[in-house]
Amino acid sequence: MKTWIAALALLVTGSLAPAAAAQTLINGAGATFPYPIYSKWFDAYTRVDPEARFNYQSIGSGGGIKQISSRTVDFGATDGPMTDEQLKQAPGELLHIPTVLGADVVTYNLPGSPKLRFTPDIIADIFLGKITKWNDARLTAANPGVGLPDQPIVVVHRSDGSGTTYIWVDYLSKVSAEWQQKVGKGTSVNWPVGLGGKGNEGVAGQVKNTPGALGYVELAYAATNKLPVGLVRNAAGRFIEPTIESTTAAAAGAARNMPADFRVSLTNPPGDDAYPIASFTWLLVYREQPDQAKGRAIVNFLWWMSHEGQKSAADLLYAPLPPQVVKQIEARIKEINYQGKPLLAAR
Amino acid sequence: MASSAVHGVGTAAGLSLPPAVPTRAAHRNLGDRLFRLLLRAAGATVLLLVVGLAVEMIVGAMPALRAFGWRFLVTSVWDPVAEHFGAVPFVYGTLLSSLLALLIAVPLGVGAAIYLAELAPGWVRPPVAFLVELVAAVPSVVYGLWGIFVLAPLLRTWVQPALGKTLGFLPLFQGPPYGVGMLAAGIVLAIMVVPFITAVSREVLLAVPNSQREAALALGATRWETTRLAVLRYGRSGIIGAILLGLGRALGETMAVTMVIGNRPEVALSLFAPGYTMASVIANEFTEATSDLYLSALIEIGLLLLVVTVAVNALARLLVWSVGGAVKAVRE
Repeated sequence: MKTWIAALALLVTGSLAPAAAAQTLINGAGATFPYPIYSKWFDAYTRVDPEARFNYQSIGSGGGIKQISSRTVDFGATDGPMTDEQLKQAPGELLHIPTVLGADVVTYNLPGSPKLRFTPDIIADIFLGKITKWNDARLTAANPGVGLPDQPIVVVHRSDGSGTTYIWVDYLSKVSAEWQQKVGKGTSVNWPVGLGGKGNEGVAGQVKNTPGALGYVELAYAATNKLPVGLVRNAAGRFIEPTIESTTAAAAGAARNMPADFRVSLTNPPGDDAYPIASFTWLLVYREQPDQAKGRAIVNFLWWMSHEGQKSAADLLYAPLPPQVVKQIEARIKEINYQGKPLLAAR
Repeated sequence: MASSAVHGVGTAAGLSLPPAVPTRAAHRNLGDRLFRLLLRAAGATVLLLVVGLAVEMIVGAMPALRAFGWRFLVTSVWDPVAEHFGAVPFVYGTLLSSLLALLIAVPLGVGAAIYLAELAPGWVRPPVAFLVELVAAVPSVVYGLWGIFVLAPLLRTWVQPALGKTLGFLPLFQGPPYGVGMLAAGIVLAIMVVPFITAVSREVLLAVPNSQREAALALGATRWETTRLAVLRYGRSGIIGAILLGLGRALGETMAVTMVIGNRPEVALSLFAPGYTMASVIANEFTEATSDLYLSALIEIGLLLLVVTVAVNALARLLVWSVGGAVKAVRE
């Protein structure tokens, strides 16, 4: 079997050698949140495979799903998994391949920037407009020893549709039945209270400039801008500081019950060290590739990304995938094929 | 129609040239014809663009038009999750923020134009006029950032509490001071619009013939009376044109407004409250709108913005026209 594949590979590469000298251009489009790491990966990958050239347009998850579904790009990218209906409408079977993890953090503007602890119900009720003051009994109970002021909480959320918002409201929907029923989840929602800021910088700017404000931003953004962030109580009952490690732990906690298609919400996962407001971001590829050369380049890149590529994730403040999940992804990559023949060379 | 117009030019050219050189006339005729064709194509392109834009938006908005019909124009819930869409808060926010901007910018802009054209000493005029044009070229995101980091804190700590204390009995100045909100949006828009109004009004006032001023002064009018009766009245339609240009910019401005208006789809009377505009919601939500109906609702907002812009401009033009008519009637 192995020799047969090797022979085939030799045959194919041999026959394609003149053609392969020309570059294979692979187009992709989608999510903006992972754009920094994707562009770094695509750049680094030209040194691994000089013949494959990846071109990525960060037009937003919605656009990414639309374009891959109409096959105008070779791969898509999204921060929120596609719905069953969207998958049904696509002309072929689309696979979700997780690439890295992101997390949302609670940031706030209080004198002295104390380290605050939040329970899930406190966060949900602040965003539902039920907790309106900083010295609310539940907030003071969760933060003994911190003098919380008698000041209104000014809630700040994202105004633009975003994966960051999706993670946030997905979490709120999980921990609060009232949120689930009244508001629900999506890249934009009908917020019960609060001001909208455009982008992470808009929310952070608003929070920085408004005493008593509280909002959520992407972990990487909070870390690079040294914003005060809150600890959140996870499903195991521990207050967890949002870091790259605790974000990776969220995926590790969910790995045991990982569905085969990876369309899973990682918010509020099991695991002692898991930070509860985290999520994958995915690449979308067709299981049956329409073009052999492009398909081969894509699977090789996916393999490289899920192994060597993960090492550069933390530098850009993305959380790398836990090894358990990488094992599970390997199985999916091996399924990607061209006319029934797997595209990944034997390893 | 087209052929007769070309024919008309042909005969006019034929008449003006001596009949002895028919070849040259024909040559010139061809050049004229080409030139005319080219210009007509340019004109038609503009028209086609507008029509194409409208058609494209109507087609794109069709699912939303079908799903919501008139309800889109009268409801104010914007819930992308449940897919209930109503445009009222956005139309309201667009109109109110633009109105607020004009209320601030018109006196400021026209005043500055009068100063520059009528009163300023000669050495002041060129640098100030140059600066005005420079301000008009600042990108809107810069105004937005200034709005977030300078204007909003200023409004929150000083202006809004003071307004609330003195004029708080009016519903316009009630509610908690966030800094960002309708007032901030109006002020930022006003600042962005002032240079347009100033620059165009100044040109209009400079074009007023000096005989107008001299006549008024000769009749014993003061400086103020001369400006008001002879200069401003003469340039009135031009100044209204300048204001319309500013209004157009205010209605369509996206980035700066999005950054300071608070982005809350609510109809609130208070200027302190956050609001939302049509351009902002498109900019905010278009990229991540995943469902077809959602996308279509956003396109319908765009269509509505086009309609509102056309309607406001038409109204203003009607105003200019009726004012111009009245002036003419008086003169006759």
